[in-house]
Amino acid sequence: MGKINTFEQLFEECISKNKQIYEIAQENMAQEGEITVEEVRVFTNKSLFAMKEAIQSGMASKELSMSEMCGQDCWRLQTRYKKERAIFGNTFEKIIEYALATSEENIRMGKIVACPTAGSCGIVPAALVAVSEDYNHSEREQINALITAGEIGRIIAAKVALAGAVAGCQAECGVASAMSAAAICQLRGGNVSQVLNAAALALKNILGLTCDPVAGLVEVPCVKRNPFLAVHSITAAELALADIKSKIPFDEVVDAMEQTGALMSPTLKESSQAGLATTKTALEVQKKVFG
Amino acid sequence: MKKTTLFDIISPIMIGPSSSHTAGAVRLGLLAKNIYKNKPKKITFKLYNSYAHTGKGHGTEKGLLAGVLGLRVDDRRIKNIFESDLAKSIEYEFQYADNFKQHPNAVEMTFEGETNMFIAGESVGAGEIAIRRINEFNVKLTGKYNTILIVYKDMPGMISQVSSILQYHNKNIASLNCDRNAKGKEASMIISIDGAIDNDIVKLIQEIPEVYFVSYIEKLEN
Repeated sequence: MGKINTFEQLFEECISKNKQIYEIAQENMAQEGEITVEEVRVFTNKSLFAMKEAIQSGMASKELSMSEMCGQDCWRLQTRYKKERAIFGNTFEKIIEYALATSEENIRMGKIVACPTAGSCGIVPAALVAVSEDYNHSEREQINALITAGEIGRIIAAKVALAGAVAGCQAECGVASAMSAAAICQLRGGNVSQVLNAAALALKNILGLTCDPVAGLVEVPCVKRNPFLAVHSITAAELALADIKSKIPFDEVVDAMEQTGALMSPTLKESSQAGLATTKTALEVQKKVFG
Repeated sequence: MKKTTLFDIISPIMIGPSSSHTAGAVRLGLLAKNIYKNKPKKITFKLYNSYAHTGKGHGTEKGLLAGVLGLRVDDRRIKNIFESDLAKSIEYEFQYADNFKQHPNAVEMTFEGETNMFIAGESVGAGEIAIRRINEFNVKLTGKYNTILIVYKDMPGMISQVSSILQYHNKNIASLNCDRNAKGKEASMIISIDGAIDNDIVKLIQEIPEVYFVSYIEKLEN
């Protein structure tokens, strides 16, 4: 079996073997790591479990981060939903709560799963866990979905390093939303083409996203960006499940992301030298936190 | 660079907020601990550049200290490490500096105790790290392989003597790097191996007359 490094190769492998993405991905991971498919799934389940733990701890905490910029937004959201429900209903509430819970847990030095990075750790868990709870997806299905998400991230990472310093937030929260879109599409019974289109649509619609964190910390705008992009991933999955396709094939979208990242000014790639990071308020915060 | 695997994307399970500034710091500390081996009396950490400037907001200092005290990247005790009994068992100090010649996320660790040791390293991104200097020797240790560090008299035939011992015990060398401070004086050899080795092999290398010092450095688990 040849090494799969593009989505076209992945698609053809799935079609020719009549398998789903997670099946191909777990077999390849097992082969590469010299372990069994069962061990791949046990590893994945550990991450899944840690994601759920982070959601629970995050939902229960009001503790601020060291900088005191973030840490209480999930609590604010929960307070609102005790009085008034969200216009989009229960699952929507959960998704934005879980994304904030996880991201806030990250910035207060809680335990999270970097998926694919720590700054984007809230996106995949929020969508995956909320949808699984509300639509009764089994643990087996959730593991399938997380492996699918991981394979999307792996193939993107074969081309572009998943780091804000390399390609901006496209490569962190953007890739997380593509992974999440694929996971949700898989969970809701999408076929291989639909799963890949979900991921392509999510990524395509965040191209150009910069990484300009205030005071160089993984807090503003990162924490709130997680619920935004978790919801974004659901939009992509919904479109794809209706057989709406990305006009630009996924591999080409990734190429476009790589090029956009290369063209992006270094001042907007995790160096906090422009954008939100150099606004008047951001500079005041920076002075307060670091002197 | 090692290619990214499925597991890399859906892990690590770690204490936040940053893979390079928190998890990477823990791993640098852990690997330094594996190199120093003994319990130090005092450790001085000198943080450079981005580590110095934004470390405080990312728990970089906590991560480094937790690492040298043996905590793993997902240990919840990292957050309050300064208040822990574990931290009270040793002295430590943090210093900060700017130096554009250094990596953005560089740290120098000076261990004092029965022996003194200087260990410098970098957090190179996504939690990956590299130890770049041990005492006066340039090295490259990533924590991904079990590694043998040998300091010896710089003279012909040393590599072959060491490699023949490994060959005899059927150990495969993944990589080998040498450095020396001056011709004919001290040299260092870093051998990364597939699998693990036992103490007998370390002893055999130690018995080579021109070898001053051998250390077996275990790889990091995650």
